[in-house]
Amino acid sequence: MPTKIQIAQIDPALGNLDANLGLHRTEITAARESGAEMLLFPELSLTGYFLKDQTAEVALERDSEELEAIREQSKELTIGVGFVERAPDGRLYNAYAIFEDQQLLHVHRKVHLVTYGMFEESRDFAAGDHFEVAQSKHGKLGVLICEDLWHAPSSWLYFLKGVEIFLVPSAGPARGVSAEHAGLGSQNTWSNLLTSTSTLSQSWSIYINRVGCEDGITFAGGSQAIDPFGAQVADLDSLGSGRLTFEVDLRACERARIQTPLRRDEKPWLVLRDLQHIVDPPR
Amino acid sequence: MTAHQLDIQADLVEEVLVRFLRSEAGKFGFSRCLLGLSGGIDSAVAAGLAVRAFGPENVLGVMMPYRTSDPASERDALEVAEKLGLIGRKVDISPMADGYLQAEDVQDRMRRGNVMARCRMIVLYDLSVEWGGLVIGTSNKTEALLGYSTQFGDYASALNPIGDLYKHQVRQLARHLDLPASVIEKAPSADLFAGQTDEQELGFTYEQADRLLYLLVDERYDEAQLVEAGFERDFVAKVVQRVAANQYKRLPPIIAKLSSRTINHDFRYLRSWGR
Repeated sequence: MPTKIQIAQIDPALGNLDANLGLHRTEITAARESGAEMLLFPELSLTGYFLKDQTAEVALERDSEELEAIREQSKELTIGVGFVERAPDGRLYNAYAIFEDQQLLHVHRKVHLVTYGMFEESRDFAAGDHFEVAQSKHGKLGVLICEDLWHAPSSWLYFLKGVEIFLVPSAGPARGVSAEHAGLGSQNTWSNLLTSTSTLSQSWSIYINRVGCEDGITFAGGSQAIDPFGAQVADLDSLGSGRLTFEVDLRACERARIQTPLRRDEKPWLVLRDLQHIVDPPR
Repeated sequence: MTAHQLDIQADLVEEVLVRFLRSEAGKFGFSRCLLGLSGGIDSAVAAGLAVRAFGPENVLGVMMPYRTSDPASERDALEVAEKLGLIGRKVDISPMADGYLQAEDVQDRMRRGNVMARCRMIVLYDLSVEWGGLVIGTSNKTEALLGYSTQFGDYASALNPIGDLYKHQVRQLARHLDLPASVIEKAPSADLFAGQTDEQELGFTYEQADRLLYLLVDERYDEAQLVEAGFERDFVAKVVQRVAANQYKRLPPIIAKLSSRTINHDFRYLRSWGR
């Protein structure tokens, strides 16, 4: 049976947990009303993005009041939320939690922190160190927080582990307004990356981007869903807040994998052998 | 290839900038704004964007001539105000500027120009309280990079929608916003004295400066690559030097660090803090 998924393309307030929790509650109610079975929020949806010194101030433990409030709402509605995780050892992570049937199903910690240009995540966050498939009742989920998708091995590792749906929560800024292309340059790049990822892995890719401005940086929205054949099936073509609802059918993964059996033909042993030489060259 | 390397998608830029103005002002509880209307293209474009963001009844365009200003500037500013339907207001800065310039016998053109620019800033920030709106900046990327502006004068603002647009792009946006042709086509001028033009004073054209700055800043060309791209070595050196020498104008004042946590060094919060 296909799963009805809803994306909440929201504009979180910077470092204001109360306001954002309210925003999440509104979206949860709307998702229930539309009959969605999964509701997905963008990267750092509970906190906003350019936190800088606010990072530690808004960090949450996994059993915090705020995340408990989301967990309680996840009966028959799988919910993905972005937050700053304070780990038991005190490290802070750019994290994404998935709640399902009132359980914390999974937390992904962003592996590839962005620290260049306008970004300085490594200053404020510790990096995650693995990609683990989340076994949801709606399929095998692989979370790639924004920059995680830009590093090809991330999706490839998930692919080898049997992923069916990539969840790509983002805080992707709008940039590139040259007349040499149509639409935002940044948005075109994202569409290309998502399409390629789906095509190379015969998996669904769901891009959940935020909107709004933080001190002059506009987030680009443009949330979308790509099917396992690389076709865009739903697209919130907007810089504004909005909701996008669509159905994800895992049988499309099966059909795509029969048509193009890339996973069957992968040669991870070859990659491992070569990587061994690259990481530790023979002397 | 498009007609010009710096051409933008004007409709998309308009959308991003209108959303920017609404979002950033809205966070601080503002739905009104004001700006100085000089009769030039930069303030006209900023006004056009502001009117689209907040509605003409919520935009105050302030004309602030000095007694030596070209009367044509005021006529152009009025035409912009009329076309956009915003609220126009005139404040003659001559008495306040002369109160200082004459008393201190300031003759130097640059000093006089800076005093006038700072008088206009005082008027705008004062009226912002009466009007209940934020001051919108009207400096473009070309002049900001070249430092062709007055610190704490015309460069002062709460929100600047056109600060990441080169002069060529401002012109393109002006045509898209359907601003008066006279404003789009006239030679840019700081209007500090009769017949003054920016390009005369700078010693090169905006077209040349835009192309060079785009490669230098946006495309990260070094000086050798710029010369290879066809720019004269002296022009490259002059512009590169100007950009670096004017960095101070674009940043907040330098704070001497003493404590373990110092404003702007390691006390890091956005203006959007909590909003």
